[in-house]
Amino acid sequence: MSDGPGPSTLDPGAGLQPAPALLPSQRPGRPPRAITRRRPRWTEWLIERGIFGVSLVSIVMIFLIFAFVAREALPVILGKTNNSRAQKQIPADQIANAKPEALAAYLGMTVAELKNYDAETLKTLVELKGEELAHSTNPDAALNTTTWRMMFQPYPWHGYDKPEYIWQPVSEVPKYNVVPLFIGSLKATIIALLFSIPLAVGAAIYVSQLANPRLRELIKPMIELLSGIPSVVLGFFALIVLATWLHVVFGYPSRLNAFVAGIALGLAVVPIIFTISEDALTAVPKSYAQAALALGASPWQVAWQIVLPAAIPGVFAACVLGFGRAIGETMIVLMASGNATIMSASIFDSCRTMTATIAAELAEVVFGGDHYRILFLLGALLFAVTFVANMVGDVVVHRLKASLEGKG
Amino acid sequence: MKSTMLKQLTVGATTLGLAGAALAGNITVKGSDTMVILGQKWAEVYMKKNSGQTVQVTGGGSGTGIAALLNGTTDICNSSRPMKPSEVADCVKKFKARPHEYRMCMDGLSVYVHSSNPLSQLGIPQLEKIFTGKVTNWKDVGGPDAPISLYGRENSSGTYEFFKEHVLNKADFAAATKTMPGTAAVIQGVAKDKNGIGYGGIAYGEGVKHLKVSKADGGEGIEPTEENVLTGKYPIARYLFNYIAPAADEGAIKEYIKWCRSDEGQAVVKEVGYFPLPKNLR
Repeated sequence: MSDGPGPSTLDPGAGLQPAPALLPSQRPGRPPRAITRRRPRWTEWLIERGIFGVSLVSIVMIFLIFAFVAREALPVILGKTNNSRAQKQIPADQIANAKPEALAAYLGMTVAELKNYDAETLKTLVELKGEELAHSTNPDAALNTTTWRMMFQPYPWHGYDKPEYIWQPVSEVPKYNVVPLFIGSLKATIIALLFSIPLAVGAAIYVSQLANPRLRELIKPMIELLSGIPSVVLGFFALIVLATWLHVVFGYPSRLNAFVAGIALGLAVVPIIFTISEDALTAVPKSYAQAALALGASPWQVAWQIVLPAAIPGVFAACVLGFGRAIGETMIVLMASGNATIMSASIFDSCRTMTATIAAELAEVVFGGDHYRILFLLGALLFAVTFVANMVGDVVVHRLKASLEGKG
Repeated sequence: MKSTMLKQLTVGATTLGLAGAALAGNITVKGSDTMVILGQKWAEVYMKKNSGQTVQVTGGGSGTGIAALLNGTTDICNSSRPMKPSEVADCVKKFKARPHEYRMCMDGLSVYVHSSNPLSQLGIPQLEKIFTGKVTNWKDVGGPDAPISLYGRENSSGTYEFFKEHVLNKADFAAATKTMPGTAAVIQGVAKDKNGIGYGGIAYGEGVKHLKVSKADGGEGIEPTEENVLTGKYPIARYLFNYIAPAADEGAIKEYIKWCRSDEGQAVVKEVGYFPLPKNLR
């Protein structure tokens, strides 16, 4: 036991579960009770089924939500949408000569729908379509910008010098490249985690291992209170106060940027990571710490080298949950990030996240239009990212646990 | 005896209230964020004059208002830009006729910079280069050697589209443009950023400096004053519109719009900080 004793050398047989507490009936000097007056079994069965039902409902809800989001995005995912405007113009006086199929396709409706309109209305519609086509002189108008290629790869757009990733959904030629939004989300999330994990885990170690009980009772609720602050208030604070402070301290050019948003996000994530890490650290059997202390380790050594490694699966799980919260958070990033769709590696540049984009744009899009579907695609992507992160996190937690218990 | 009288009074009051409610219409107005202040002021004055009539005004952006008009969730759509042909086509499909368009007042789009910025005017071509990202340093337009920090509106905004069409010649805004929810947020951003530049309605603008705008670079800088806007001298002036479904253009809604466009309504326009319609258009 010189330096850094691995947890696996510390009585692996004991596992991480604390020893079962004595049941009231087993305590010496008390007559056994409760045993004789058990509930009838069928109610227990009913309660158990009820709980099972509730958990089933939540699982079904998750699948339903995903199915709904994915269904709205399906035409885009399958490449069934086409917003190309390469149509030949039909003059208003030629309506009578045009085939119904051609006319319907020209006006973006089905042949059956065509019958709903009288000649006068149709003429107006054809005139308006002509106006719309005459309006656009951009050579890119013939492109279908809703394909996978356009959404994920750079393209040399008209008016730009080189191939670029552009998100400009309201434009003469709508540009739906989601890469800048993805980068924006990742940037804000990574900064948030880099800021909050050391803070939250450090606080958890201090509160669970080193602080005296009175201080613990003060600090713990205070940090947990932070999770009660509505994100819109945190966002407002970041927009008005935090952005100005950080701007003065760091002196970067753009006042609202990924860094400010990340720090504010970090504040929202700290209580989550803190609470779960603290629970994990407290759950480490006291015998570990006592054994180390008896061998002459200092409290700090015990906390850092014995308890933290033993609780690492729980701490890791806390970080994964923190990641989920950070990447899904909307209001803070909407207010503090500046929302510019730039592709840049600098954390002091403004960024636009996927969540903020959905929040800012979903209210005004045409129901069922391309823009609407691509926003849902963003939602599905976000869902997939958090799902994969949670799954990877779960696998890692299990591996860590197994290796801690000496089975790895 | 006293209690009976009280009862009668209560009953009377309730009946009156009910009668009032039955007579009253409820008009909903939705759309342009630029027009929210104006719309709310109009509604306030109008409701004071016509008790029993309620007018609810909300923002969200011109695009949102037009979508709401199409979905039938608003009576009147506020828009700070004319409808696009594709939107008119959607209305025609829905209402079987073109929507009714009313010009409500005039607005000069202002360009704001931080109050410490030494520049006093910019030309439209310079603004185009700045907002499309071709010029990224203030020294290229005669200012200090500092990077330009762009502030703009969300793409649901009519101001966004008006600026894009009339200043940027339909080109895209630079990707580095920070998009803010509402003109007030743009002002707030510019007021706190010494390299900032933004655009928005004339009625806003506490704490920032309004630039004069010239048609050509280095030309005569025009201030967004009432005279310059009404005579069309100011290069980025526009009408603010109301759109309604053709079938709804009667009764209380028609009265309300008529009142807004009357001398009395146009006095409110001036009070809020926009420019009243020329006499011949009222």
